[in-house]
Amino acid sequence: MSIRTRVLAAAVAALLAGTAVPAAAKTFRFAFQGNYQVLDPYTLNETFTLGMHAAAYEGLTKRDKDLNIIPGLAERWEVLEPLRWRFHLRKGVKFHNGNPFTADDVVFSAQRVRANGSDLKTRLPADAEFVKVDDHTVDVVLKTPNPILHYEWDTWYIMDKEWAEANNAVNPTSASATTPSYAALNANGTGPFIVESHQPGVKTVWKPNPNWWGQKEHNLTEVIFTPIGNDATRVAALLSGEVDWIDPVPLQDIQRVNSNPNTQVLTGPELRTIFLGFDQRRDELKYSNVKGKNPFKDVRVREAFQKAIDLNLIKERVMRGASVPAGLLISPLLLPSGAAELFPPAKVDIDGAKKLLAEAGYPNGFEVTMDCPNDRYVNDEQICQAVVGMLARIGVKVNLNAQTKTRYFAKVLATGGYDTSFYLLGWTPGSFDSWNVLTNITGCRDDSGKGGPFNFGGYCNPKLDELSAKILVETDKAKRDALIVEAWKLERADVSHIPLHQQTLAWGVSKKAKVVQRADNQFLLYWVNKE
Amino acid sequence: MLAFIVRRALQALGVLFAVGLIAFAMFRFAGDPVNQMVGADTPPEERLAIREQLGLNDPVVLQFARYLAGALRFDFGISYQFRQPVAQLLSERMPATLELALCATLLALVFGILMGVYSALRRDSALAKLFQAISLIGVSLPTFLIGILLIYLFAVTLGWLPSNGRGETVRLGWWTTGLLTWSGLKALIMPSITLGLFQMTLIMRLVRAEMLEVLRTDYIRFARARGLRTRAIHFGHALKNTLVPVITIAGLQLGSVIAFAIITETVFQWPGMGLLFVQAVQNVDIPIMAAYLLLVGLIFVVINLVVDILYTVVDPRLRVTLRRPA
Repeated sequence: MSIRTRVLAAAVAALLAGTAVPAAAKTFRFAFQGNYQVLDPYTLNETFTLGMHAAAYEGLTKRDKDLNIIPGLAERWEVLEPLRWRFHLRKGVKFHNGNPFTADDVVFSAQRVRANGSDLKTRLPADAEFVKVDDHTVDVVLKTPNPILHYEWDTWYIMDKEWAEANNAVNPTSASATTPSYAALNANGTGPFIVESHQPGVKTVWKPNPNWWGQKEHNLTEVIFTPIGNDATRVAALLSGEVDWIDPVPLQDIQRVNSNPNTQVLTGPELRTIFLGFDQRRDELKYSNVKGKNPFKDVRVREAFQKAIDLNLIKERVMRGASVPAGLLISPLLLPSGAAELFPPAKVDIDGAKKLLAEAGYPNGFEVTMDCPNDRYVNDEQICQAVVGMLARIGVKVNLNAQTKTRYFAKVLATGGYDTSFYLLGWTPGSFDSWNVLTNITGCRDDSGKGGPFNFGGYCNPKLDELSAKILVETDKAKRDALIVEAWKLERADVSHIPLHQQTLAWGVSKKAKVVQRADNQFLLYWVNKE
Repeated sequence: MLAFIVRRALQALGVLFAVGLIAFAMFRFAGDPVNQMVGADTPPEERLAIREQLGLNDPVVLQFARYLAGALRFDFGISYQFRQPVAQLLSERMPATLELALCATLLALVFGILMGVYSALRRDSALAKLFQAISLIGVSLPTFLIGILLIYLFAVTLGWLPSNGRGETVRLGWWTTGLLTWSGLKALIMPSITLGLFQMTLIMRLVRAEMLEVLRTDYIRFARARGLRTRAIHFGHALKNTLVPVITIAGLQLGSVIAFAIITETVFQWPGMGLLFVQAVQNVDIPIMAAYLLLVGLIFVVINLVVDILYTVVDPRLRVTLRRPA
């Protein structure tokens, strides 16, 4: 290489580098199947919405890319004594309107999130007291020890007391409000993005917050969200490059999105577990031809059902490979380390199932009606149809009652009187912890739902309840983990429910964009980078 | 005349009352709205409390009466999903729907009449046969399929037009329009075609049949015998007489275009009232459903009233019967 070409090359390189330096406008557009309905962070406890709030709002804690709890607006915290936690707040943080973030805002937010109209009341224990020590220190005084106190605080977003008071938004935007709330259409957090405009159901626009306290991990200059409800249109918008991210990609379109040179599907295990449940509370099933007794009270019948269901077949045929067969009612990612291997998915065993049914007194099977949603989970109705076919192999005739989620939940929830004999449900523990499932799904309940509100079938084992009460207050991690494993072993012996699988997340992403897919399916804008 | 209008206005109120009553009777079968308003792990007591606060436990008649009392004061309640006044949400979405409906109707009129006239005058030409084939597609293919086919052709494959949304809009007072920006106009093309295709087919077939009918009448033959130019006969005499039923149909269809924009709006994520309604049904957002149904009822009633009045203006014989009812 002559000197002249070398000089030329250096000049060209310098030129290229020079042109690359100025920050070009990086607009990131994305579409979700549902709406971002309300900006008020306490109105709806739903994954996508909580993730969207995280652009403008922040909690005392955050969760990193692997769901580990890290400091957020609280720099650090310590458990002074089992009933007193101390949170040291970050200094120099400002809300979008310029107000400083102080302990008053934390105390205020703790009141507001537990006030009437909030859908996130369970983020904090109802009887926990928040005490301001100084401007940047808050003590939380508890009535009972709680090792997982701060597990869900990454989505308990801190609001500005002054702003809420000035705008008549001291109370959460309740479901039955008769006047529109200011906080429903306006946001004022401390987060990395500022909401520039929000037209509910149409479009939301964010701009980066130039005064954010943290280390920026995105390179965006503008973010635009539009809901696209129709599956085909959403996929088309991604393929044509109009949006950079969509969720979900329907299973049948995954191939298509991957074969497009500019897009790809990002898949990963989701935390939600899909399972089947049985009515074990009524003395006679409401929807069955067995009269005078309830076959599901017999553990042999439940086990027979489990043995008849081929989880791998459901994965291959119904889910097109996009699921992970489950051995428990909770994702293996959320179990204490090493515990997942103890609970492999159940194996199919038709002869064993028939034998168990015969022992239980139903050699010719029986008839039962199954309730199933058809627009709530990925391919939910098809899963139920597969289950119907599989149970037919052991002589059980299942009549499928699949309907839209609004009607399904109106029937099977406590408010509908738990009106079901056999059903399909999905559950994600909000705290990412077994205790949530052990109370909500397998805890004993009364007819109104006290105890285990989402235990539709009313399964009850007092020993399991005892264990779960111990898990709640045990602060020693090793002991607590051992208790969790013990509880799950007990639950498996009872076959309280039949775990089916964890769905696979399927995000459609433009190859120009880099995003972080977290297993809880929250889409967080502050980790997005665009070429 | 005034008595006639007053009578029709009273009838209109009756129709709206009936629409509202039927709607409220049906909402009970749509599911429980509360479950759509809270997260999955909201405890049952909370859900029951919200039901109680919303008055959903009251008898249907009472709920309806309460709604009517509000509606008379133009208070249509607060949307369960968006926590915003329904009247405001609907008025924000109305321009999108009206612009789309208007464009679709204009498209249907212009192309429908042109194609209809052409295929009546040159019945055996290849182009007329092509028009017939297109009209067959327009009648037989469902709207959502046409929409999706257009999207895959023009948005995904060719990349010419946007697949969804309204593009950039300009605010003129309370009205937002997409007609003044390039991206807004581009966004309007495919939804208008999708929505207008059925009407276009209808008008084309109507014009063709009427035109053939008129061309056979005596006065056209006389005109020919007088040696008038073909052009003048076709467009000056024949077409004019063809248009009377076309205008009637197009006017009446405008109501259904607005009401049935639901599917087109869903496919193209067009932020109009129809899309708002579909989402309301999916989430059992009763205030939006009720207000939308009443509004569509009102639109139909008004259009019918206007058409009735126009009839009496156009046809003096009707005025006589009105004065002396049989």
